[in-house]
Amino acid sequence: MSAALEMRDETLAVDTHQLVRQFGEHPALNGLDLKIRRGEFVALLGKSGSGKTTLLRLLAGLDTPDSGELLVPRSRTVVFQEPRLVNSKRVWQNVALGLDRSSATRAAAIGALGEVGLASHANAWPATLSGGEAQRVALARALVREPQLLLLDEPFAALDALTRLKMQQLIADLCARHGPAVLLVTHDVEEALLLADRVVLLREGHLGFEVDVPMVRPREIGVEFASLRRRLLSELGVDQ
Amino acid sequence: MSRVEVHQRDEVGSEEFDDTPSLIELVTPKVLRSRSRTRSRSVGLRVLSPLLLLLLWWALARANWLPAGSLPTPYTVVKTFGTLFSHDLWGQIGDSLSLAGFGLSIGVTLGFSLGLMSGLSRIGEELFDAPLQMLRTVPFLALIPLFVVWMGIGELPKVALISLATTFPMYINTAAAMRNVDRKVVEAARSYGLHGIRLVREVIFPLSLPGLLTGLRFSLSLSVLALVGAETIASNGGIGYLINQAEQFQQTSIVFCGVIIYAALGLSADLLVRVIEKLALPWRAGVSVR
Repeated sequence: MSAALEMRDETLAVDTHQLVRQFGEHPALNGLDLKIRRGEFVALLGKSGSGKTTLLRLLAGLDTPDSGELLVPRSRTVVFQEPRLVNSKRVWQNVALGLDRSSATRAAAIGALGEVGLASHANAWPATLSGGEAQRVALARALVREPQLLLLDEPFAALDALTRLKMQQLIADLCARHGPAVLLVTHDVEEALLLADRVVLLREGHLGFEVDVPMVRPREIGVEFASLRRRLLSELGVDQ
Repeated sequence: MSRVEVHQRDEVGSEEFDDTPSLIELVTPKVLRSRSRTRSRSVGLRVLSPLLLLLLWWALARANWLPAGSLPTPYTVVKTFGTLFSHDLWGQIGDSLSLAGFGLSIGVTLGFSLGLMSGLSRIGEELFDAPLQMLRTVPFLALIPLFVVWMGIGELPKVALISLATTFPMYINTAAAMRNVDRKVVEAARSYGLHGIRLVREVIFPLSLPGLLTGLRFSLSLSVLALVGAETIASNGGIGYLINQAEQFQQTSIVFCGVIIYAALGLSADLLVRVIEKLALPWRAGVSVR
């Protein structure tokens, strides 16, 4: 472990140092330094191919970095782009996936389903759910473990616009209540500004730009929002 | 505005080439997929086609169009069944089924275990797949003389033959089903802390069950098929033996009885797997199209 990580800040939930991940000749991450404080909601923006999902997979422990250092909390969960439910398990069993089988687990799973508004679907089969419902089950599955780090990999990308708005509200509420550190990977600038405490922009495998979002919640689209949005879009190469 | 008035005046059966060509007729769309039929009707249709065949057979016999000696009439077949049942046909069927079942359980267990190893691990696949794919193409009936030389003429070569025949379909389907389980779901399960035996038992195995049951279907039908071959080995009972004997003495009516017994066995085997599917795959019920 390097000196940098030894003097580690106790308030951090994620700490990466010179993280590199290469696919063939192409570096997806090229010396990335990212720190996320406990309870902080960070949105990660970037064009496609900028290494967003690669970073998330490294943080989740689904992939190993080629070099660099990486510290994450032990309890961390992922909500993927697709729900990725186990079709042969009932909804509440999907939420309890990997937990020990006890009546307490079942109660916790049904409680988590209640938080996403699906308590009545606890005994349904995943294949009977709509896309938005299935993604809410995936969210309940991620929250039931009370993670210290919640990783969201474009969890709303496959949803329709109305469901997406509801899901964003739900995530904002749940994260405020449970208080995990959150990394939301997205390419929707407005979504990032609505939800995050800080927006981080990934460019060619390292941090290109970052900005704190000091607006009070619940956030509304106003002058401050519009100017931040314009700023981020121009950093992403979209001039309006 | 005026167009609306035209539409109201025109009512339903408006001519196609009238003086209002911009008027678009609205219809309720035809539903292409018919609603699923009731259960009793579906069973009825299933029974109908064999019944029609039977009727045709009976009519041909009645008209004396069946070549005597080579094709028995339904009446002779029924009579032969009567004789066979009075000579302990149930016992023979029982003997044959226990032999087939014994061989099948060994073959299915073996095929499943090998398929499990080959489907779950690269090393397993590299080790087992090539030899099994080679052996698979050997016609097992051709191995009977070899089995007799190796194992004598007791029950052993018969069980071995049936086991061999039933191993391959189970192996291939198990390995393929395990390999085809959605990797994304497996990865998600891993990220939620499932691994090793628990991952296989809770995620990979249930999701590969449809494929496993396909393998079981093939193995079931092969087990009765192999029975005919197995019972040529120094047997003095069983339905395979019965057919072999009748064939030698050109007793077509007995061969026909054998065919009917086999048909019934095949049908009940299929029914058995359907019941298992229904019980083991409740999560698939009613969501075929989505």
